[in-house]
Amino acid sequence: MTYIRPKFRHPDLPKNDLGYTTREYEGSLSTLCAGCGHDSISGSILQACFELSIPPHRIAKLSGIGCSSKTPTYFLGNSHGFNSVHGRMPSVATGANMANRDLIYMGVSGDGDTASIGMGQFVHVIRRNLNMVYIVMNNGCYGLTKGQDSATADAGSKSKAGSVNPFQPIDLAGLALELGAGFVAQSFSGDKEQLVPLIKAAVSHPGFAFINVISPCVTFNNNPGSTKSYDYVREHIEATGKTDLVPEKSEILASYESGTGTEVMLHDGTFIKLEKLAVNRDPFNRMEAMNALRNARNRNEILTGLLYIETETEDLHHTINSADRPLNSLEEEDLCPGSAVLAEINEDLR
Amino acid sequence: MPNSKVNDFVIRFANVNGTGSASANYLFAKAIFRMGIPVTPKNIFPSNIQGLPTWYDVRVSEKGYLGRREGVDLMVCVNPQSMPDDVLSVKSGGYFIYDCTKALNPALIRPDVTYIGLPLMEMCLREFTDPRQRQLFKNIIYVGALSALLDIEFSVLEQLLAEQFVGKEKLVAMNIKALNLGIQYIHSNYAYPLDIRLERRNLVGDKILIDGNSACGLGAVYGGATVVAWYPITPSTSVVEAFESYAKKLRVDKETGKRNYAIVQAEDELAAIGMVIGANWNGARSFTATSGPGLSLMNEFLGLAYFAEIPTVLIDVQRTGPSTGMPTRTQQSDILLAAYASHGDTKQVLIFPSTPKECFDMSAESFDLAELLQTPVIIMTDLDLGMNDHMSESFEWDDKRKYNRGKVLDASQLEEMPQFGRYLDIDGDGIPYRTIPGTHPTKGSFFTRGTSRDEYAAYTEDGRVYVRNMERLLKKWNTAKETVPAPFLYQEENKSPYGIIFFGTSTFSAEEAIDSMHASGLVFDAMRLKAFPFNKTVEDFIYSHEKVFIIEQNRDAQMRSLLINELNVNPQKMIPVLNYDGMPITAYAIMALINKNLSPALNASTSKILS
Repeated sequence: MTYIRPKFRHPDLPKNDLGYTTREYEGSLSTLCAGCGHDSISGSILQACFELSIPPHRIAKLSGIGCSSKTPTYFLGNSHGFNSVHGRMPSVATGANMANRDLIYMGVSGDGDTASIGMGQFVHVIRRNLNMVYIVMNNGCYGLTKGQDSATADAGSKSKAGSVNPFQPIDLAGLALELGAGFVAQSFSGDKEQLVPLIKAAVSHPGFAFINVISPCVTFNNNPGSTKSYDYVREHIEATGKTDLVPEKSEILASYESGTGTEVMLHDGTFIKLEKLAVNRDPFNRMEAMNALRNARNRNEILTGLLYIETETEDLHHTINSADRPLNSLEEEDLCPGSAVLAEINEDLR
Repeated sequence: MPNSKVNDFVIRFANVNGTGSASANYLFAKAIFRMGIPVTPKNIFPSNIQGLPTWYDVRVSEKGYLGRREGVDLMVCVNPQSMPDDVLSVKSGGYFIYDCTKALNPALIRPDVTYIGLPLMEMCLREFTDPRQRQLFKNIIYVGALSALLDIEFSVLEQLLAEQFVGKEKLVAMNIKALNLGIQYIHSNYAYPLDIRLERRNLVGDKILIDGNSACGLGAVYGGATVVAWYPITPSTSVVEAFESYAKKLRVDKETGKRNYAIVQAEDELAAIGMVIGANWNGARSFTATSGPGLSLMNEFLGLAYFAEIPTVLIDVQRTGPSTGMPTRTQQSDILLAAYASHGDTKQVLIFPSTPKECFDMSAESFDLAELLQTPVIIMTDLDLGMNDHMSESFEWDDKRKYNRGKVLDASQLEEMPQFGRYLDIDGDGIPYRTIPGTHPTKGSFFTRGTSRDEYAAYTEDGRVYVRNMERLLKKWNTAKETVPAPFLYQEENKSPYGIIFFGTSTFSAEEAIDSMHASGLVFDAMRLKAFPFNKTVEDFIYSHEKVFIIEQNRDAQMRSLLINELNVNPQKMIPVLNYDGMPITAYAIMALINKNLSPALNASTSKILS
């Protein structure tokens, strides 16, 4: 079967500040199953980058292995991408970021890629506060190998084949909070309205930004009894509030109702506006976020939205005091100490 | 022959790990070096922080032989744990120096060994009050005693101490006091100097004394490495430590205080190599250093870097395997694992340094090589080269030299191109053009993957396209044969039906063995390998000899297997010469094995020459 994406685009497609339409942010046609949650997330990433007017070549997409990790082919075709090995995307992203601190690093992973084989790298990339966006497309199962439970499948969740998962799930958002991530959000692939601003905020956050996105697997985990099916997620979702990202140059929108929302000023001067916060939610309190997440789980509910944000954050480059210029732009004169210095070194070794 | 033992002997120090003996022993070795006499120190240490026996061998060789030599002429034993074995390892006619504060067990007395007792503990208790000083200065006292027994120039020791403790005059004075305690004790109690002794020479020239790991770290600084990711593992740890210590001095921006490098200590070797690949993909020169267990873990990523064609530099400081093996002993046993690292059809470029100078040069050059070939380059050093000080040619750098970044397209080149294809072989050498992320808004982006792809980096499961790509990789491999360092031939024309091949740290002992065998009338042609893939010279050398001896330090003759496999030569004529007990190979072992093969009758005469 051949899919051909029509080349025609409506001439009145909206343009962003760079004069680009969403077309400049598209990738090749998805080969995932029709209705896959991952494709919606790809669409949200595309939309967020378009709305932020990011030059596509200033983003690097990185992934591991699995259905989720295939998606970087399907968005941002003008960006370099790196589909690495299973569970090891964080290390590749770390090296890439060390080489050039000026690009935006968009990491995409799955629940197998992150919570099982990649758990070691996931926790360490959080620990180092690498400046990147890390999105997990979380469907609770292994798609490419045909539906085995993953480590994020809820205990008691039923697979398509009818078996019940006996193991406790790993709560990735809870783990990210526990390990000190400075930006932790949770969302649902079917809620673009919530997801796009979250991705925009994550991109603007100058440190590690984690978004766990429940993304139903239509083929292997969308059956009754599954806690990661579209129906189940829609019925059990509980939003923390509405998030919006306000670019620096924009005025703060007047529709903002005082008393029901809050603003977070980010490093680059942009604001994240959190509207209609749920009762008792404080996005600046890590302990409170961990409690809220745990309480929601106890009620069999999925807490979505921005769970926690740190306004002051220092990424890995800051920690290790590396140069402001991207290291990949340094040349001989910056790097090579030369023969005179070498002569002194020789002398010290005689 | 009264002078036969001048500048030609082996001293072994037997110490307790963690008692500060290493710096005293180094002082001893460096003093001999400063007297212009070729010297080879080797630290034989346990995988332990404190308490286990550790030894330090110093070979002094007027002829400049730098390999290990069996047989201890003088033992300095300050470790009661190892004393029974240490007494046995002294050559007949040799000397045994010990701490006579406690009487020697009569069972340890050999009639053919001369015993020299030094009341080290007693002197330290009397002369020093601080417990740590009492322990440390024991070592300096025996260095003082040795200086009297062996004729080490006192001014040389003084100068070395002054250099070591710049600005700490009190420490210098205390060390001098300890040295004098040893000297005076010998002067009042023993005849000196011994028949084994030192005489100043001018045989060192402008050579330097440094370990291979430091040389690798410095080479990486000069080669332009900016991103270093690593996981600590013996014996490679000091490569990155050396890089860091040089970079702190040489790579910090004077105005901002910021670093023109980034070092990340990874969570494991998987992450370390992943970071290196990510950084190289993004246009920085990046490397990691590891040892056997780390190399095993890195295999998956090395396959990705091979197949996705990402420059990668890896320094493998080999140790004794398999598994955890003997972590503080040397071997050359990662060769096959490195050469074919990862599943599927993979071949990796290997580089074999044999001196600190080569560690420096090859580390610096490996970044050019990796970027030229867009593939991993693995520098195969080992514990012996990496962690021991070696007398080496001094380092050189040509200030006109520019880094060769290989086929990297910039924005204007992309503008001029009709179409960019990441895996298109435009030049016919199998090496395609690459772009660095962020180069151009609309041109030159591509998707890097470990899956099969076409010339334009698009995913494919078309077998024909896959084969085309694999064949191009083979073409690139053939290009690599002429790009990697060529082997070193010891002769312009062959003069023997027998050839000897060696590489890395087998070199010193192999050269010594060839010299000695030559003296007894056995002539060989010799070749030192510097890299894999093997070029035509390697093939010709093997084909033009009846028998070829391959000297290496592993059980399974891995280099021999690699040569047979890659060059399709007759295994019958390829004779393995192996040592794999964890200690550096010796000339004697090489001669014994070669002679055993060539003529069993020769054995007797060889052992005579050696004794």
